[in-house]
Amino acid sequence: MTATVAVSVVPERPAALAGMPRLPWTWAAAGLFALVICCAVGVLVGPIHIGVGAVLQALVGGQVDPGQANILWSLRFPRVVLGVLVGGTLAVSGAAYQGVFRNPLADPYLLGAAAGANLGATLAIAFAPGTSLLGVNIVPLAAFVGAGAAVAGAYALGRSVTGLRSATGLILAGVAIAAFFNSIQSYVQQTQTASIRQVYSWILGRLVTAGWDDVLLILPYVILSAAAIFVHRRLLDALTLGEDEVTSLGIPVRRVRLIVVVAATLGTAAVVAVAGTIAFVGIIVPHAIRLLIGRSYRVVIPLSMLFGAAFLVLADAGARTVVAPAELPIGVITAFLGAPFFIAVMRSTRAAAL
Amino acid sequence: MSDVVLAGVSVAYDGAPVVCDLDLSVASGEWLALIGPNGAGKTTILRAIARLVPFRGAISIGSRAVTELSSREVARQVAVLVQEPQMPVGMTVSQYVLLGRAPHLGYLGKESARDRGIVRDVVRRLSMEELASRPLDRLSGGERQRAAIARALAQQAPVLLIDEPTSSLDVGRQQSVLELIDQLRREQELTVIAAMHELTLAGQYADRLALLVDGRLAAVGPAAEVLTERAITEHYRAQVRVIQMNGSGTAVVPVRS
Repeated sequence: MTATVAVSVVPERPAALAGMPRLPWTWAAAGLFALVICCAVGVLVGPIHIGVGAVLQALVGGQVDPGQANILWSLRFPRVVLGVLVGGTLAVSGAAYQGVFRNPLADPYLLGAAAGANLGATLAIAFAPGTSLLGVNIVPLAAFVGAGAAVAGAYALGRSVTGLRSATGLILAGVAIAAFFNSIQSYVQQTQTASIRQVYSWILGRLVTAGWDDVLLILPYVILSAAAIFVHRRLLDALTLGEDEVTSLGIPVRRVRLIVVVAATLGTAAVVAVAGTIAFVGIIVPHAIRLLIGRSYRVVIPLSMLFGAAFLVLADAGARTVVAPAELPIGVITAFLGAPFFIAVMRSTRAAAL
Repeated sequence: MSDVVLAGVSVAYDGAPVVCDLDLSVASGEWLALIGPNGAGKTTILRAIARLVPFRGAISIGSRAVTELSSREVARQVAVLVQEPQMPVGMTVSQYVLLGRAPHLGYLGKESARDRGIVRDVVRRLSMEELASRPLDRLSGGERQRAAIARALAQQAPVLLIDEPTSSLDVGRQQSVLELIDQLRREQELTVIAAMHELTLAGQYADRLALLVDGRLAAVGPAAEVLTERAITEHYRAQVRVIQMNGSGTAVVPVRS
């Protein structure tokens, strides 16, 4: 009797409305799991066999063979961590560019970051080989400066022409700046034939690293960039409306665009500086997530971080082993694995949501 | 109070005047229809009220000048339904309506349970619960228009600006959308300013009509006064017959000579 009274007193809790945007926890867990597995593969794969037990021992600071510990701590761990940072950043920057420019083909190199980085690196390799500045190799620094200069140039040009009213002006400015930088880069490359091989290997992208220098070099930019994009995920959803509509919701469209573009560019410039231009990650990872899981940026941004990082670490493991003891440029692997996967995703979803 | 007052408002695009020295006032809870030939400045006036375009003169909402409000404050006073709302591919109805809560959130804020509750109530009010998780690109024209109205309602602004609410709908859906807007404005005491090209419907639903010609006010008042054969012939260059249908408004019927 009392039970029935109690039940009838409990106020009816209104059912939640279906279709609200939220990150599906199953997918977030799957992304974390994939990342852990890929990192494990990345650490375990290599010319010298190191067992799972030794890796775990090394991680918790236990007794490990000094030679193995050295390989793990100065080669494999930093390389996997670098892969996580580069892959996550490229995927998130790609998603952010696609959102800001409302262009599904936008990639992290859209505004000339790749052309600028290539020019900076080429100049450094050709004219100041082996130079370091404050203990850091000058090539990534030159690439970072080049990427920043190209995007700043594209931004200034786009702004002076269209006042940032349209994203198209910015994209066209990026195309023009990239073409100009590429022409100078080609000229330098052709006239400095001694360094041509090294330039090529840089441009094709690689995660070669000795120790933690590269990781520490890019870490602050990568964290800042990812955090800035992450906190804008709700506003990126709003930007999918028409310009008048977003503005009439009281959202400062230009400020959102500016902050997100600067953040994505900063991250891209940092990773392109240490890893060269790795194609395709910034396009396929976010789009695969959109097609398979959901299009809200509350889903796309966090999952791009996880799956982009996992994908690149895995691709790097492939790049190191396929033609061992030589190494393939990682961009070859990302495209070779990524394109068929992406085609399969597109076909299976019938591209209904494109 | 949410009356809207325009005093000496002028708008120019790249130096070309589109709206000239316009005075207009809309009482709280009133429905005013802006009518006039294409290019008369109807949309521009709506954009000026929502502060989407710079203007000269003064516009105030509930006796506060819009130029003194932040853009978020304007968005809390004025909801805008544009003529062809962008329907982002793959976005669900719920998610779309939730965007209407943006003016009530801080720059990097997150929707609270209260915001989600308001969205749920609005979706329920418009009988769209069945459609809540459906992507916008799989809605019919009439359902899209209802989704857009739901987003505007979720904004909880006392003033609703609507640009051609019925432009791509058949006559039955035109009536049901306008009936819905009228019901909502009575329930929630909204002030409605709508640009309308269907003159008969404008006369049936609006309290007053404002006839705009070349950015100037040619006439303002109830349908029976504004919708005259002379005025329509002169300003629209149209051949029409105007028929007073006792109790059912003023019909504007095109005729062929």
